[in-house]
Amino acid sequence: MLLNQFLILAAILFGIGMYGVLVRRNGVLVLMSVELMLNAVNLNLIAFSARLQETSGQVFSLFVITIAAAEVGVGLAIILLLFRNFRSPDLDEVHQMKG
Amino acid sequence: MVAQNVAFGILALAMVLAAIGVVRTHNVVHAALYLVVVLAGAAAQYILLAAEFVAWVQVLIYIGAVVILFLFGIMLTRAPMGDLEGLDNRQRLPAVVATLALIGTLTALIVDAFATQEIVLEAPTPTADIATQVFKVYVVPFEAVSILLLAALVGAIVLARRD
Amino acid sequence: MLRITEAVTTEVEKVVHEPWLLAHAWIIPALMALSFVLILFFGRRLPKRGAEIGIPAVVTAFVMSCVAVVQWVQHVDELVEGEGGGGEALRRLGRSLVASGGEGAISIRPITDSFTWWSNGLVKFDVGIQIDGLAVMMLFVVTLISMLVHIYSTAYMEHDERYTHFYAALSLFTASMLVLVIAENSLMLLSGWELVGLCSFMLIGHWWEEKPNTNAALKAFLTTRTGDIGLLLGVIVTFFAAGRTFNLIEINEAALAGKGGHTVWLIGASLLLMGIIGKSGQFPLHTWLPDAMAGPTPVSALIHAATMVVAGVYLGARMYGVFWQGFSIADGGMNAMAIIGAITIIVGACLAFVQDDIKKVLAYSTISQLGYMVLGLGVGAWVGAIFHLFTHAFFKALLFLGAGSISHSGSHHSFDMKKDMGGLRKFMPVTFVTFMIGSLALAGIAPLAGFWSKDEILATAGQSGFHFFQIVGIVGAVLTAAYMTRCVYLTFFGEYRGHGHPHESPKAITVPLIVLAVFSVFSGFANASVLGIEKFVEYVEPRIAFPPVIVPEFETTLAAVSVMVVLASIGVASALWFRKEELGPLRGLTQRNAAARAGYTFLANKYYLDDLYTDGVVAGVKGPLARATYWFNQNVIDAVPNGLGRIVPALGRGLYTHVDQGTVDAAYNGLAKETGQAGGLLRRLQSGQVQRYALLIVFAVAIFSIALMLAR
Repeated sequence: MLLNQFLILAAILFGIGMYGVLVRRNGVLVLMSVELMLNAVNLNLIAFSARLQETSGQVFSLFVITIAAAEVGVGLAIILLLFRNFRSPDLDEVHQMKG
Repeated sequence: MVAQNVAFGILALAMVLAAIGVVRTHNVVHAALYLVVVLAGAAAQYILLAAEFVAWVQVLIYIGAVVILFLFGIMLTRAPMGDLEGLDNRQRLPAVVATLALIGTLTALIVDAFATQEIVLEAPTPTADIATQVFKVYVVPFEAVSILLLAALVGAIVLARRD
Repeated sequence: MLRITEAVTTEVEKVVHEPWLLAHAWIIPALMALSFVLILFFGRRLPKRGAEIGIPAVVTAFVMSCVAVVQWVQHVDELVEGEGGGGEALRRLGRSLVASGGEGAISIRPITDSFTWWSNGLVKFDVGIQIDGLAVMMLFVVTLISMLVHIYSTAYMEHDERYTHFYAALSLFTASMLVLVIAENSLMLLSGWELVGLCSFMLIGHWWEEKPNTNAALKAFLTTRTGDIGLLLGVIVTFFAAGRTFNLIEINEAALAGKGGHTVWLIGASLLLMGIIGKSGQFPLHTWLPDAMAGPTPVSALIHAATMVVAGVYLGARMYGVFWQGFSIADGGMNAMAIIGAITIIVGACLAFVQDDIKKVLAYSTISQLGYMVLGLGVGAWVGAIFHLFTHAFFKALLFLGAGSISHSGSHHSFDMKKDMGGLRKFMPVTFVTFMIGSLALAGIAPLAGFWSKDEILATAGQSGFHFFQIVGIVGAVLTAAYMTRCVYLTFFGEYRGHGHPHESPKAITVPLIVLAVFSVFSGFANASVLGIEKFVEYVEPRIAFPPVIVPEFETTLAAVSVMVVLASIGVASALWFRKEELGPLRGLTQRNAAARAGYTFLANKYYLDDLYTDGVVAGVKGPLARATYWFNQNVIDAVPNGLGRIVPALGRGLYTHVDQGTVDAAYNGLAKETGQAGGLLRRLQSGQVQRYALLIVFAVAIFSIALMLAR
């Protein structure tokens, strides 16, 4: 197996995740897209870990998973709040900082 | 090694398609399910890369907890079940452009940098090694992440409670 | 027999102990200056409103001046005796005798102390003191009169609201006058001169609420200023003529040596004379003195009788070498100084006749007496002039203070003799007696002070060949006696015509009067040559850098003549005035006789000098000259600015419309519009939507990474 293929896959996933972050209106969907990106990163880490025969890459990805989980928890809490305040999950409605 | 490459190929395809599904579907619940596919595919990829422990952790936490969280979130925010237009905002085109640019750049970079490096694996990584790493070398970050989890937990409760 | 003094030729360097006070005599003016500052800052809060600082200060200054006099006398005696040889003769004469073959002259250097304040290669400004007999004499006079005036003012100015300011100004004046007197160089003298002028201005205008008073102050200041032009130029000329030095001794020495030719000294002396004319009220710049009577009477007594006005005479005495050389006084002919002095005597005396205001009478009298002093200097009677300065200070101050006493307690604050005075001798006996003494001294009745000093001048004039001036002096004495008789009569005799309740003045006023009266009686004996007392010649006359002046013999004839003439004048005047019906057959003469009336009017209008000055000089300058200057200014000098003033706005307008509005502003406005529009555009970026920001970030990253990649 080539290293490249994993990395390119990760890149594609990352890009798709980014597209989702930019485009999706629903806050939950945005969070999902963020998860996509994080997974892409994890894949990268594991691939390199395998290539370099280092376990630290895997340890890292463990941490990433943990943090991602925490982040999802908090993120959803925020989305809930937004939903409560704006009566709608639509992120487009959130433009209080409009210049 | 052919088997691994084939496996990889199938998984990769599945993951990409599912990912595109996440960001393109009009149904929020479907998006969550597509996400499950992606996460599962990632776990399989980890096994291919001899990272078993991480793969199981991935399944456990991501698919087991995070997706459930997402489903709860969807439920609580009354995300419309069923098809809905207008789930995307207006910047689709610029986003596509940006995404393609990014992917293109990254790919070019990767190909350029890691052209012919190969991964050769003998055996799955022993979990003991990971344990040693976590509890010896990275014990401080480990503890920090624990506290982070605690903070996130408390924070989420504080944020979301009704009072 | 004439005794001639030689200009001192040999200098004997004697190491003599310099008395401390003389070497540090600057303490005396410094003390008064300190008093000034203290009164200015603290006077108001003190119970006596400042007098308790001023009076002790001036009393201390007076005591120190007395000590200085004593020390100087001792110093001179030491030097003279130390020289040995012909002690007694030398002691009497103090200088070499060409005719009698005396010993070598000894020079007595003044005690000096100076430091260089500033110098560059060409000019050196020193600050220092020069103490000699003249200086200590002036110290004595100034501090004495100032002290008496200070005490007098506690009663006279008691209800004045600017009492503190008055005392501060008195202190400042005393300090300035003392600086002038002990000055070692002409610049310091000039500084003191200007300062006393300033104080005079301040004090004349003490009651500035009334316009005439400020006018009088301005008149005094400006008139003396006119003379000061000459003074300043004279100082500069003597500086260069004496070889770039301001030091008075060096200037005198250079002058007597005739350094640089005679003409330059003539010019210098003439310019300095202008200063004297202005400050000492000589004709034609005397017009400010009578108007200066608008100030409080103590001021008139101190400044305009005894001290400031004699600053000019003092200048003449100090720089006598310059005048001696410049005006060729040794040659015995007419010279400007003597002429002006003589004219002033007559002018002043005549005008004193037609005054109704007692202070004005005294003012003109002062002018006249100053004329005597200047005349004395002009005919070579240095000792006479200075001696007259000395005695005049006492009796004139006495007369002025007496007038003040009358006004304070007799005539209800009025000085008009005809309207508000008369018969005051019954009510104010002390004032009456002292005033009489002063008048007699002024008139020159022996053995009072004025007699001795005036006689000295007249004798010198005669013995130097200035017979014309001698006659003028005698005529002046006659007139003096006459107008003083008139004044005394109108004030003290007859019936009381005023509206107040005349009574004697308080002690603070009468005691100074008595003190001055004593001086008026006895001060003449300081230099009563007939009695062999010549203190002034011994101690006051300079023994260095001094021309060979004549010390006159006492001429009994002259003395007798002058006294008799004066008595006769008094007699005639009394006969005219003291009768039952005033003036007798002369009464109403001016109404009956056109010539007499014309004469009276001429005098009453002060020879129309004031009018000449106001309408002639001032208006001439104000009118045509000013107009011409204005025309020149507007049309010639201002042509350029005016032209510019027309061109520039047109240019400006053009620039404005085309360049500024059209181009520059268009650019600005355009820029502003563009910015606004750009802003509008960019504002859309700030949508407030997070995803929008995220997109931008991603774009940036993409571009950045592509760039980086390509750069590799």
